[in-house]
Amino acid sequence: MSAALELKDVTKIFGSVKAVNKLNLTIEQGECFSFLGPSGCGKTTTLRMIAGFENLDEGELYSGGKLFSSSYKHYYLPPEKRDFGMVFQAFAVWPHMTVYDNVAFPLKIKKLPKNEIAERTEMALKATSLTKEAEMFPQKLSGGQQQRIALARAVAINPKVMLLDEPLSNLDPHLREEMRFEIKALQDKFGFTVIYVTHDQAEAMALSDRMLVMKEGVVQQVGGPLDIYNDPANKFVFSFIGLSDFIPVKVKNGQIFVDGGEECGPVNGDIPKNLDPSIEYDIACRPSEIDFAPDGVRAQVVRRTYLGDIVDYLLKIGNVELRVQKPRRHSTAQLGETCHLRFNRLLWYDRKEETASKT
Amino acid sequence: MSKAVKVQKKFGMAEVALIFSIAILVVVVAVPVIMIFLTAFFKDGHFNLAGVVEVLKQKDTYLALKNSLIIAFGVTLFSTIIGVFFAWLLARTDIPCKKALNAMFMVPFMLPSFICAMAWKVLLSPRSGYINKMLMAMFHLDSAPIDIMTMGGIIAIETMYLFPFVFLQVSGALERMDPTLEESARISGASLWTITRKITLPLVMPSIVAGALLVCLYSLAHFGVPSILGVEKGIYNIPTKIYERIYASGGSYEAIRVGTILATILVICATLILKLQNVVLKKGRFQIIAGKSMRPVVLKLRGMRWPLFIICVVYLLLTVVMPTVTIFLIGGLKTYGLSFLPKNMTFANYAEVFQMKMTRSAIWNSVYLSTLTAFVTMLAGVMISYVIVKMKVKGKFILEFLGVLPYSLPGTVIALGCILTWSGKFGINLYNTAGIIFVAYIARYMAFSIKSNSAALEQVSDSLEEASRSCGATHWQTLTHIVVPLIRPGMINAFFLIFLPALRELTTSVLLYGPTTRTIGVAIYALNEDGETVRAAALAGIALIIIFIGETFIKGLLARLDKTKRSA
Ligand SMILES: Nc1ncnc2c1ncn2[C@@H]1O[C@H](COP(=O)(O)OP(=O)(O)O)[C@@H](O)[C@H]1O
Ligand SMILES: [Mg+2]
Repeated sequence: MSAALELKDVTKIFGSVKAVNKLNLTIEQGECFSFLGPSGCGKTTTLRMIAGFENLDEGELYSGGKLFSSSYKHYYLPPEKRDFGMVFQAFAVWPHMTVYDNVAFPLKIKKLPKNEIAERTEMALKATSLTKEAEMFPQKLSGGQQQRIALARAVAINPKVMLLDEPLSNLDPHLREEMRFEIKALQDKFGFTVIYVTHDQAEAMALSDRMLVMKEGVVQQVGGPLDIYNDPANKFVFSFIGLSDFIPVKVKNGQIFVDGGEECGPVNGDIPKNLDPSIEYDIACRPSEIDFAPDGVRAQVVRRTYLGDIVDYLLKIGNVELRVQKPRRHSTAQLGETCHLRFNRLLWYDRKEETASKT
Repeated sequence: MSKAVKVQKKFGMAEVALIFSIAILVVVVAVPVIMIFLTAFFKDGHFNLAGVVEVLKQKDTYLALKNSLIIAFGVTLFSTIIGVFFAWLLARTDIPCKKALNAMFMVPFMLPSFICAMAWKVLLSPRSGYINKMLMAMFHLDSAPIDIMTMGGIIAIETMYLFPFVFLQVSGALERMDPTLEESARISGASLWTITRKITLPLVMPSIVAGALLVCLYSLAHFGVPSILGVEKGIYNIPTKIYERIYASGGSYEAIRVGTILATILVICATLILKLQNVVLKKGRFQIIAGKSMRPVVLKLRGMRWPLFIICVVYLLLTVVMPTVTIFLIGGLKTYGLSFLPKNMTFANYAEVFQMKMTRSAIWNSVYLSTLTAFVTMLAGVMISYVIVKMKVKGKFILEFLGVLPYSLPGTVIALGCILTWSGKFGINLYNTAGIIFVAYIARYMAFSIKSNSAALEQVSDSLEEASRSCGATHWQTLTHIVVPLIRPGMINAFFLIFLPALRELTTSVLLYGPTTRTIGVAIYALNEDGETVRAAALAGIALIIIFIGETFIKGLLARLDKTKRSA
């Protein structure tokens, strides 16, 4: 079977901004694929090109082996002919139609027989637990319910590909988590391919089979959530995908010292063989992968915060700050105390490379 | 101590403001309306419904009512079609030069419709219209092909200058609408045509209806166009009939009584229209405003792109440029009826406008009356809306009731009310003075002021005032340092919403002017009636220039001043 979507050199330029730059990507049938990146990196633009709302400045787009968009041939299949479902951040449910009419609208457009329209609308409403609200007008309903209408409407036509643009960003945090599972359940039930745009890495990790991390229109990495978490391609991906510590270091006599905290002793860990002596390095680590230990580099506890079951520490090695998070039962260090740290896994990055928070 | 505080509270600023606000509205608006109803329904102290029926049975009053309704209906219908079409064209298609077109479609709003009606009469009157004569010569016709002095002509001309009400409402709604509402229909498989019918139009329907009802309200009580195009041919609507009756009888009581009966009908129609508008707006106000601004998908017109653009340009040339140019050309003719050849043209008429006592005083009257009215009404509006929107005070409902009253009062009604109220009945006689025009203008434009200022005040969250009070500022200090600076754009807006229409007012002034208190509108109208077409056109030309300067130059300058003050 051919891929659900294939993007070749897809590029979009707005004035002087390259919103999407030479994007190459293949998404398989039935996959749940996320676009992850900070706001303004080009996720929506990519999705809108896939949907057919934007033309391509360069590149081609295939779906199921069929050409959908091509800048070379100036060919664009209009959005209404692509048979995709789409859900927007601002819900975009039609306030002048009842819930039922909203969901039935795409089926009526397709001129399906009456009984089939009724059947499929009711099924979509049932799948999104909206049967009771069918005759109500959307403005009377909560944000979560409105987004369910949008989902039901997109599901009703039985699309091959479902495009979701930050569908949960306008919802309360607790509802957001619940809806994630509902989207996943809908996918299992109907078997469509999902393309999920988000700037929330937890959401992307929880939902996707594979994902892509973008920065300023350029793909940084494509892979499974765990691969990306464990093997980030660069400093940007590392910092964007989870909590991160970057510690400036110097190598002296085969040992690693914190730059600005040499008096605290060496940091444990291996030094990669191919380090360039002319470059200054940061070591990178997740706050959860640093342990308190009887020996190791010395640090001072500056702040201690309880976050439910885990404790978040702000530590200082010399004058360099870092965060450590430990489960409560392993948390022995007290405020103001000096402790020793062991690093479980170190990654080395050029100090000048950008992190996500700086962009 | 506690007692003293209580007493002080009872007569605090809120109560004083409330009483003062109510007093203004009662004197300026309520009393004149009550006088109209009393005059209409009571004769010699007795309730007299038979007299009302008798007046309505007279053929000419009955016809005037019918004409008013037909004209209002026709104008509303065509204005809605044209307004929605152009708004959609500019907001949802890839028509070229959108910005320029958008600005140009606002111009018909600035043009006083009775001045344009004069121009159209010059061009298309059946006997001597320039275009008619030209067409007759070109095609060897025996009679004029187009007669503008008919019901159809009146409807056409009013439509040309009233459709911006609809255009503005609809293009505003289309611009604010969340584009994903349309995109989600598109991805559902709907074509652009289906989306327009099933999604876009239904969602902006409340705005369409709101604009249409505004047009209807305005046209129903409009004096200028029917008086210039209709009266000569015996076509009257209610305002022109009232004028004719009063004018013909030299202001006799009986004529005024007939006027009040017709005026009562206008008030009833206007009230119904406003009720309808409220119902529509309340029921159909959809939350369609976008969270993020993004361009909506536009319909690609392809082959129709330039033809439609040309239609827009031709429409604007016909309705804006041609009448304006005509006015200036006529104003430059040595004698009316000559052709527009250089040898027949002169600047003398324009110079004369500033030399003739009558025209000079008309310009002066209009300028100072508009400025004064705009200023006073704006300030009164600030106080009244502040009490309505912000204050918690007993008896506010009286003010809320009185506050909506000005909306349903057409200009003719206000003029009649003012004649009845300010002609010495209550010890003050302003008849034939500028004073009566001044109080009538205040009544007429109070609605604009309250609307603009209330809208601005509703934007100011209560917490801003509370924050100021908690910093130790008094109520008065809070008002002057926090509230007034925040609503200043609303106040400036109110000023111009009053100043500019007042400058060219005709409907009210024509019933109230005295020998020395003609306004620009009245002077143009009177000159035109006396057959002094050339002089009327010259004065109209000067008026257009004054209005244009007011609309663009002063407004822009003040807006900029305000902005720099804010950013500084
Ligand atoms: N219609 C447009 N016109 C001009 N610039 C745009 C337009 N749409 C998006 N952009 C720009 O393209 C970049 C990517 O935007 P977008 O795809 O919306 O980002 P994301 O969805 O990842 O937040 C941004 O710099 C944005 O300002
Ligand atoms: Mg986005």
